[in-house]
Amino acid sequence: MLGKLTIDALPFYSVIAMGGALITVFGVLGVVALITWLGQWRYLWTEWLTSLDHKKIGIMYVTLALIMLVRGFIDAMMMRTQQAIALGSHGYLPPDHFDQIFTSHATIMVFFVAMPFLVGLFNVVVPQQIGARDVAFPFMNSVSLWLTASGAALVMISLVIGKFSTAGWSAYPPYSEAQFSPGVGVDYWIWAILVSGVGSMLTGINFLVTIVKRRAPGMRLMLMPLFTWTALCTNILIVFAFPALIVAAALLGLDRYFGMHFFTNGDGGNIMNYLSLFWMWGHPEVYILILPAFGVYSEVVATFSGRRLFGYASLVYATAVITVLSLIVWLHHFFTMGASTDVNAFFGRAAPLIAVPTAVAIFDWLFTLYRGRVQFSVPMLFTLGFIVAFVIGGMTGVLLAVAPVDMHNTIFLVAHFHNLLIPGALFGYLAGYQYWFPKAFGFRLEEKWGRRGFWAWIVGFCLAFAPLYILGFMGMPQRLDRYYVAGWQPYLIVAEFGAICILCGIIFLAIQLAASIRDRAALAVSSGDPWNGRTLEWATASPPPAYNFAVVPHVHGIDPWWAMKQAGTAGHRPARFHDIIMPDDSSAGVVLGAMSFVFAFAMVWQIWWLAAAGGLGMFAAVLSQTFRDHAEHRILASEVEAIENRRTMAPALTPGAPT
Amino acid sequence: MTDAVITAGHNDETEAQVAERAIDEKACGFWIYLMSDAIIFALLFATFVVTSHNTADEPGGHTLFRFPHTFAETMLLLASSATLGFASVATAARQRWRTLTWLGVTFLLGLGFVAMEVLEFYGMAVAGAGPSRSGFLSAFFTLVGTHGAHVSVGLVWIVLLGCEVGLRGLNPFVASRLYRLGLFWHFLVIVWISIFSVVYLPGIL
Repeated sequence: MLGKLTIDALPFYSVIAMGGALITVFGVLGVVALITWLGQWRYLWTEWLTSLDHKKIGIMYVTLALIMLVRGFIDAMMMRTQQAIALGSHGYLPPDHFDQIFTSHATIMVFFVAMPFLVGLFNVVVPQQIGARDVAFPFMNSVSLWLTASGAALVMISLVIGKFSTAGWSAYPPYSEAQFSPGVGVDYWIWAILVSGVGSMLTGINFLVTIVKRRAPGMRLMLMPLFTWTALCTNILIVFAFPALIVAAALLGLDRYFGMHFFTNGDGGNIMNYLSLFWMWGHPEVYILILPAFGVYSEVVATFSGRRLFGYASLVYATAVITVLSLIVWLHHFFTMGASTDVNAFFGRAAPLIAVPTAVAIFDWLFTLYRGRVQFSVPMLFTLGFIVAFVIGGMTGVLLAVAPVDMHNTIFLVAHFHNLLIPGALFGYLAGYQYWFPKAFGFRLEEKWGRRGFWAWIVGFCLAFAPLYILGFMGMPQRLDRYYVAGWQPYLIVAEFGAICILCGIIFLAIQLAASIRDRAALAVSSGDPWNGRTLEWATASPPPAYNFAVVPHVHGIDPWWAMKQAGTAGHRPARFHDIIMPDDSSAGVVLGAMSFVFAFAMVWQIWWLAAAGGLGMFAAVLSQTFRDHAEHRILASEVEAIENRRTMAPALTPGAPT
Repeated sequence: MTDAVITAGHNDETEAQVAERAIDEKACGFWIYLMSDAIIFALLFATFVVTSHNTADEPGGHTLFRFPHTFAETMLLLASSATLGFASVATAARQRWRTLTWLGVTFLLGLGFVAMEVLEFYGMAVAGAGPSRSGFLSAFFTLVGTHGAHVSVGLVWIVLLGCEVGLRGLNPFVASRLYRLGLFWHFLVIVWISIFSVVYLPGIL
């Protein structure tokens, strides 16, 4: 009746696991109680959960990312603490639990922090940057969100019911096969990946069509803002690369559920196929995470230097070259696995090539700063921190691209990819969050705690990962739950201290958010354009009305909003307003997400009747939307006019301001 | 310096404009979806090719595949591609019942194809050559089965769309759905031709 699910699935095996489960359960109950107490369920349902407004979907994506960031960071903190004390002892975590933690940390950070964060930024910004009123497929957008949330919920519930995978975030066979990992952990991983992976695929298709089809009249490809360019390239990579992840996870699932032999040791299986499939997605994924951050940096650097981006075309080409190259370097993730010398040589040459377009991008940002009127706002601080730290990370990458060096699979690798993904991706998302927060909510984030947050992050990042480089040179392997080399411990204690600094960074950013909400009246941006922005998203009100643009703008150059301000046409009111047609809200997306959760949970525990019910529920949710052709409503010109009249227009710039 | 202005040269958005744009965008999105699906098939093909000799002392293609069976399957699917083409011609001519008739014929041909594939799978499993016997068989069942699952989804789609054609007639939305169904179906036929060439032919010849 309940498949493999028994009372033993509850985490009575360890006090710490029990604690994690209780925190999760009480956290959820607390939120439910709070919403009930505030009487906000109806508001939440009608205004948010069922909304197809791309801005609201974006905000929900970022909210999901921030919640999961906290969970993923708690995992990181637990690992650092274990390694700081586990010299010649068991530390405080049993090996099995430690393995779950490093698996869930990486799975969460990649799939449920970075992905929703960048997709959330796309949602809030890209349609407005290209002068569009919506994404191409608003309902599919909601489906993507709720599939991602469903995958995240699956990882979270593994804290309470059963155990998560101990096979690492890449789930290498044969260890991840049923023979060596008979529990449900790897199944949780597989289904979380599949459910959220399908959501990401849909996002990729949606934004590709949006950017290709919905640009404002006159916005040729080479006039698109850089963030939109990176969004375009990222979504191309999503559409190309995620099929490989889906195939890898699905085939592993077939091995586990039906005893097939894709990646088993014997009977004709071959684990190298898994590695290729996984990293064929995994390497482009690195750029799926980093390119959007490059887009944010490009916008931030131009805005806060008060000048046009240096070398626009070269940055576009650099982005495109990175996109292409990222598809042909995947093998450098497993140089040591026994591919032939020629194969290793090809990928060993291809990998460092990516440094070339990346360097072009770095120089473009530096030259934009050069002789600019640089304002050291919080987004700018994150950008500058990125430039410095990322160059170091890039150079260690060139070191790792040398196939014969004996550092692969040491903790040097851990330091390297954190050095790319924290400054290269997360700092970018945080900069974007600070930069576009007033766009989404109509008030700025206050500066003081933002600065403190930045300094805690950058100092903590250096302290946490510089020692790991040294430990890598000393030969410390990754993923050790204990060790017997006394010389390693001082470095691990420094790394622990760095993690505490990052904890402070997270707390400071939380304080910043709370203080900004408290002082929102003082921080309000009545003009809608707090940073003297350059691109079209600042032409709409902040927060924007549902339709974004009362009149679709015509674009004649790069930085169209800046040009309008220069020409003095920014504040012009159209002669008359027109009716606008916008999509209706739909509850089918959130229902589909919930049903996918039921389905995946049932598949993990092999409760077949429940899986069938969940599958039928998903089918019904899709069916309810499939034949609805007129799921939209008309906003009358008079309503548009009333909304626009409430808005204060941005003052035109003084002539002679630097361009 | 470039100039940019907000010009108000547009009229009220009409439902027809919105519909036209939606149909155009859905066609574009569907092409992109097909491309990603093509990558999924390409990876399954690659997996099959590299494991095609990993038979683990179990029977290989030479003993398992029967040419007449596969040839008949191929003919059914090719014929269904043609009949779906006739359905599109009827749709373009706004002939509702002819569209329905050809959709029905396509459905029957597709159903015949899936039934033959299920029979083949069943026969192999009974003969002790199920998907868990060797890497080769795992890859075979997964590649061919994924294609079969796609065709089955197509069959469900044909039924639903047939109901819609019968109930609502051939409005532009329905016609656009028939167009995308056509894309999907012809894509699956192309994939099958590749399966026939890469999977079955080397085993038969």
